Amino acid sequence: METTGNIISIKGLYKRFPMGKDVFTALHDVNLSFGTGEFAGLIGPSGSGKTTLLNIIGSLDVPTQGEAIVLGRSIGKLSPRESARLRKESLGFIFQSYNLLAVHTVYENVEFPLLLLNLTASERHKMVLDALEWVGLSPKIKSKPPQLSGGECQRVAIARAMVKKPLLVLADEPTANLDAANSHHILQTMEKLNRELKTTFIFATHDEKVISYLKRKIYLLDGRVDNEELTEAI
Amino acid sequence: MKTAIKLAYRNLIGAGLRTWLNVIVLSFSFVIIIFMKGIMTGWDYQAKTDMTNWQIGGGQYWHEAYDPYDPFTFIDSHAPVPAGMLEEIERGEAMAQLIVQGTLYPAGRMVQVTIRGIDPAQQVLQIPTARLDTLTDDIPALIGSMMAKNSRLNEGDYVTLRWRDAAGTFDATDVIVTGIFATNVPAMDAGQIYIPLDTLRAMAMLPGEASILTFRESERQRPGLPGWKLMSKPELTREVDELIKTKQTGQTVLYGILLLLAMLAIFDTQVLSIFRRQKEIGTYIALGYTRQQVVGLFTVEGSMHAVLAALAGAAYGVPFLAWQAKVGWTLPMEASEFGMAMAQTLYPVYSVGLVATTVLLVTITTAIVSYIPSRKIAKMNPTDALRGKLQ
Ligand SMILES: Nc1ncnc2c1ncn2[C@@H]1O[C@H](COP(=O)(O)OP(=O)(O)O)[C@@H](O)[C@H]1O
Ligand SMILES: [Mg+2]
Repeated sequence: METTGNIISIKGLYKRFPMGKDVFTALHDVNLSFGTGEFAGLIGPSGSGKTTLLNIIGSLDVPTQGEAIVLGRSIGKLSPRESARLRKESLGFIFQSYNLLAVHTVYENVEFPLLLLNLTASERHKMVLDALEWVGLSPKIKSKPPQLSGGECQRVAIARAMVKKPLLVLADEPTANLDAANSHHILQTMEKLNRELKTTFIFATHDEKVISYLKRKIYLLDGRVDNEELTEAI
Repeated sequence: MKTAIKLAYRNLIGAGLRTWLNVIVLSFSFVIIIFMKGIMTGWDYQAKTDMTNWQIGGGQYWHEAYDPYDPFTFIDSHAPVPAGMLEEIERGEAMAQLIVQGTLYPAGRMVQVTIRGIDPAQQVLQIPTARLDTLTDDIPALIGSMMAKNSRLNEGDYVTLRWRDAAGTFDATDVIVTGIFATNVPAMDAGQIYIPLDTLRAMAMLPGEASILTFRESERQRPGLPGWKLMSKPELTREVDELIKTKQTGQTVLYGILLLLAMLAIFDTQVLSIFRRQKEIGTYIALGYTRQQVVGLFTVEGSMHAVLAALAGAAYGVPFLAWQAKVGWTLPMEASEFGMAMAQTLYPVYSVGLVATTVLLVTITTAIVSYIPSRKIAKMNPTDALRGKLQ
């Protein structure tokens, strides 16, 4: 495995949600660490806490107890500004429902995260074209999401997540809305980017197709890490 | 900011019909406010110009007892023209009027009138006093068209005029109407009759006396004259100012209602848009926006309605406003019934300041109304927003 040092370290992590008078424990004493360049997945049935854990790693949510250190920063101790900075500089998100901006073109969607960084227009232009080439969407540059198929939309979303070459990409059920052929296509794309750019990918999934690509499988059950498995690269 | 503007623009255009409905409502506010304010400015301007030309010149001295609203003061409100004014009157830069209360008997009726003795050669006011300069043996008289209508007098008619001289004796004579003039200044028309100054002085046995002195030059600092009250131009036009202010208060209510309607539409759009676009808001945050930046984005988006409305308003408003400035706006009722210097047709006057303040006011209001619902975003939980969880 090509891991060099931990970029994520999670210790004694609990996440509890208030549920009326009770509290619901969505994550229960999670201890995990991830290194650079991993292609890992959180696997488990619906409601097992995959999204909750991914959101904490992505600094969209905070731990109730324990700590999650991501790229040297302790999630939960960051100010809103600091966590926004972590996301815009180092993290990429891929969602099940793509979450593209419907009124913007493919180009504009991919350019979007770059607008928050201090880049010149020509730097942005080059990066967007590169990213669209990685996902094979160069010909659709002027289309808008409603004109694209689901597979194409998810490829735009991958380009948007990858365009700034983040250290870490978090993909929550990225294939749930795709057919088999498109699922394999985007997984191959992500695998290639992981190999070439050394980007760490963490998936949340219960899709067998995704699981077959993972090099590290973390099984969650009722908010606890149930089992872990390392596989050789395909 | 540039990014926010670009994004806001795309989102608005992307929203289609709803955006355009809001923009049209808002653009009405722009055009109507500017039009109504323009009418007010035009009226103000026209009223003051007419008053200056017909009634007050550059300012007046009033005999200290003179009160235009109380004709019973006329009997005492006269004095010899002060020596200090004679030279200016001689030069035609000022003029004296003697004012005497009288009664007119047109066709057997009886009409209370103010008799104004005025120099036929005067050039200070626009009243066509040259029409008094005739060679008949009869006493020539000049009246306004409203007065002519009310007393059913025509040019060439003889009419009996009765007055009281300085000794308190009543006397009467026939005068001939040698001229009828039209003016927008009712104070110089209704119940007024003009005869040559020297004739009136002789009739009233008040040689060399006057009740008011009107001068042309308004800029010069004027000395106080003993026994006379200096009435500057601003003092004399104060009534117009006050009337226009009252009218403007009434209009402000109208603008308020108009703006309120437009703002309700914008507010509603914002609330709905924030509610429907939770996932998008969550995505912005996931991509690295702070919640404050998203609030800013939505505020800019809402405020941009005002910018688009200004452009749309300009598209149809400029031709409309320019056309109105040219043809004027004709009052639906008889202007003379206002008892105010008011033309039947008002020509709106628009200033850069008027347009700029209106645009600024509406834009700022729109920005505030867009901001208020957007603040809700700052309290949103990004994970809930991403799941589109209704709150
Ligand atoms: N904001 C929340 N409030 C209350 N319960 C929540 C909240 N978010 C998640 N949960 C609960 O936590 C559990 C784990 O949810 P989630 O992480 O979304 O599961 P998964 O992604 O594995 O399907 C679920 O039972 C869910 O109902
Ligand atoms: Mg989930």
